[in-house]
Amino acid sequence: MSETVMSKTAFVRTVPIEPLPPPASMVGVIGWMRANLFSGPLNIALTAFGILLAWWVLPPMIEFLITDAVWSGKDREACIVKEGQPSVGACWAFVRDRFAYTIYGSFPVEGRWRANLFFLLGAVAVWWVLAPKAPHKSWGMLYAFVIVPIVSFFLLRGADWLAWAGLPYVETARWGGLLVTLVVAAVGIVVSLPLGIVLALGRRSQMPLVKFFSVLFIEFVRGVPLITVLFMANTMLPLFLPESWSPDKLLRALVGIAMFASAYMAEVVRSGLQALPKGQYEGAMAMGLNYGQMMRLVILPQALKIAIPNIVNTYIGLLKDTSLLLIVGIFDFLKAIETARIDPIWAAPTTSATGYAYAAIVYFFMCYGMARYARNMERRLAVADKR
Amino acid sequence: MSLVDRDQRPKVAPWNDPKVRGNVFQAVLTVFVLFVVYEAFSNAAENLAKAKIASGFGFWNNIAGFDIGQRLIEYNATSSYGRAFWVGLFNTLLVAAIGIVLATIWGFMLGIGRLSKNKIINLLSTIYVELIRNTPLLLQLLFWYNAVLKALPAVRDSKDLGLGMYLNNRGLFTPEPVFGAAWPMVNWAILIGLAGAIGYRHWARKRQEATGAQSPVFLVTLALVLGLPLLVYFAAGQPLSFNHVQLGRFNISGGWQIFPEFVALLLGLVIYTASFIAEVVRAGIQSVYRGQTEASYALGLRPGPTLRLVVIPQAMRVIIPPLTSQYLNLTKNSSLAVAVGYPDLVQVFTGTVLNQTGQAVEVVAVTMLVYLTISLSTSLFMNWYNSRKALVER
Repeated sequence: MSETVMSKTAFVRTVPIEPLPPPASMVGVIGWMRANLFSGPLNIALTAFGILLAWWVLPPMIEFLITDAVWSGKDREACIVKEGQPSVGACWAFVRDRFAYTIYGSFPVEGRWRANLFFLLGAVAVWWVLAPKAPHKSWGMLYAFVIVPIVSFFLLRGADWLAWAGLPYVETARWGGLLVTLVVAAVGIVVSLPLGIVLALGRRSQMPLVKFFSVLFIEFVRGVPLITVLFMANTMLPLFLPESWSPDKLLRALVGIAMFASAYMAEVVRSGLQALPKGQYEGAMAMGLNYGQMMRLVILPQALKIAIPNIVNTYIGLLKDTSLLLIVGIFDFLKAIETARIDPIWAAPTTSATGYAYAAIVYFFMCYGMARYARNMERRLAVADKR
Repeated sequence: MSLVDRDQRPKVAPWNDPKVRGNVFQAVLTVFVLFVVYEAFSNAAENLAKAKIASGFGFWNNIAGFDIGQRLIEYNATSSYGRAFWVGLFNTLLVAAIGIVLATIWGFMLGIGRLSKNKIINLLSTIYVELIRNTPLLLQLLFWYNAVLKALPAVRDSKDLGLGMYLNNRGLFTPEPVFGAAWPMVNWAILIGLAGAIGYRHWARKRQEATGAQSPVFLVTLALVLGLPLLVYFAAGQPLSFNHVQLGRFNISGGWQIFPEFVALLLGLVIYTASFIAEVVRAGIQSVYRGQTEASYALGLRPGPTLRLVVIPQAMRVIIPPLTSQYLNLTKNSSLAVAVGYPDLVQVFTGTVLNQTGQAVEVVAVTMLVYLTISLSTSLFMNWYNSRKALVER
């Protein structure tokens, strides 16, 4: 049958014709630009505005940070306008000269390996706890939250009876720079998570008084600026304690930061707890678990997993907030730069801007790294929830 | 046949009874907290007595003896500490209020920019938000103050910004408006215009709901709010003149001086908070389900009304709670004024007054109380607002 039809028709192609390529204006770079940059009058105006803005900001920035920058030199002479150097950009020579100072402050030079070892221990802890593929996570938690803090304490502070091991006592007033920033951030991180969990559980407790004290603490601390908490820790803590205790200045600041971070962490953990369906609690209770077992084995692992992105975001805030320590006279990273930039040896027009650019780069890489991690985790969790 | 009494709890030892255990635990906790508080205060009393520092608020009416550059209320070196407190508080509220308005505008623009289909605008807003959010506010404040504003030219090389405004390292100088005798009439015209505009809009909406007929709301509002005051202004013989800035060789006089400390703090707070508001706005708009936009288009609404009538009202429900917490953050962050020397509550009271009187407990407590009052009253308002605006579901 079909053959007779075929024979009557003059000619039928057996193979379909290849489709014509789409017009050049719809694909490739031009197509992309038409769709995304020039799709209408408003869009064209926005594109022009965006390009103008970028043109206005980017070239001067590149000029300042790279092409006009001074990369080497011994003192301010290198970074001032002079013969053969009509315009001066960033004075990176200053940062190179003061680099060690911004990292260690006035920590004894022969003891800097201790700070370096502390950075290494911390880096391992971060990898072990955060990397999704790292083995033996529970050992990692033990390492990061118990072993590293204890080892670091003796490593950095040292003691007279440890002098034989190359760990003589270094008073905290001599700690400085990025070392102090990271120590404070690390203490905040290590203390705020367990304390925050306790406070969050307290806030959701059935016991009215426990709930009352938790809410009181959380709302009080969250309601005031960090700077007043630091002032309180700095000026009132010595008053409230017996005179013989006289806490160290850095310790006072640590107490303030830890209190502040814990209150914020409590709210993050609470949001994780609230996200769990009631069935999880009821299921755990039906299995005959008591409160501690229920929390440890069923509720907290799930609630903390949900809360990971927000926990990391709180840590980012904490790291940024450590810069406030300079106001109460602690020698943190920003304070080291503040001190270095007004040093007359490097007094040049662009020294301040360079110092701040350097600080911004360091803070940005630490915070952005954490933010990227939080976003990745969020995506992984979203995938896990999709069934 | 007797029923088993289901309410009868099985007999357990008291140390296994959760109720008893809970009560004991709470009692222990309460005693512990009270003990800590008692110890703290007895130590404080003892330490203060030893250091011969007075306690109580007797210092409140003593003469402060220091001057404050920027003030909204009358204050001089012979005023009391209490007066200094109010000067600081008003300065905090001033920078917070202006900062909130500007950060909202800038933040909404950025947030919409981050969702823009235009790749360049999108990229630029993303870079801005990531860069600003991931560096400390204090660093930004110091940068604006020390590296930008302090590096401005001296008085005699002031930058002329036009319109009689000058910029130098002592701040921004603008002409000061001088109101003539007939100015109150213009004020009344503004008030009447506003009231009229609100009334007209109300009437127009009622009419549209009842009959479907639309009214030229925009034009009438413009005429009432702008046109009426302008008319009165010219009819009253232009009762407004300006006290212009007199630029000398070493000195500058006349006009309004906006201090560089204020500018640095405002700039830092607005730029920083706007990047957070941008994220709040982006999340809010993205939370509105796409189907809402599509349904709106299907009903024949154009993109503008779709955004205004369908997307934004739903997005606002998601945006407002985190937006308020950003406002609170801005207010609390304004306490960083102390780093650039802007005389806010913390700088004046917790800084200078605390150093002069040494009464740490009272001063810090009062400062904290002020911020707590602001925070708690805002969250009370928010709870009320949320309960009103919450989606009523089946």
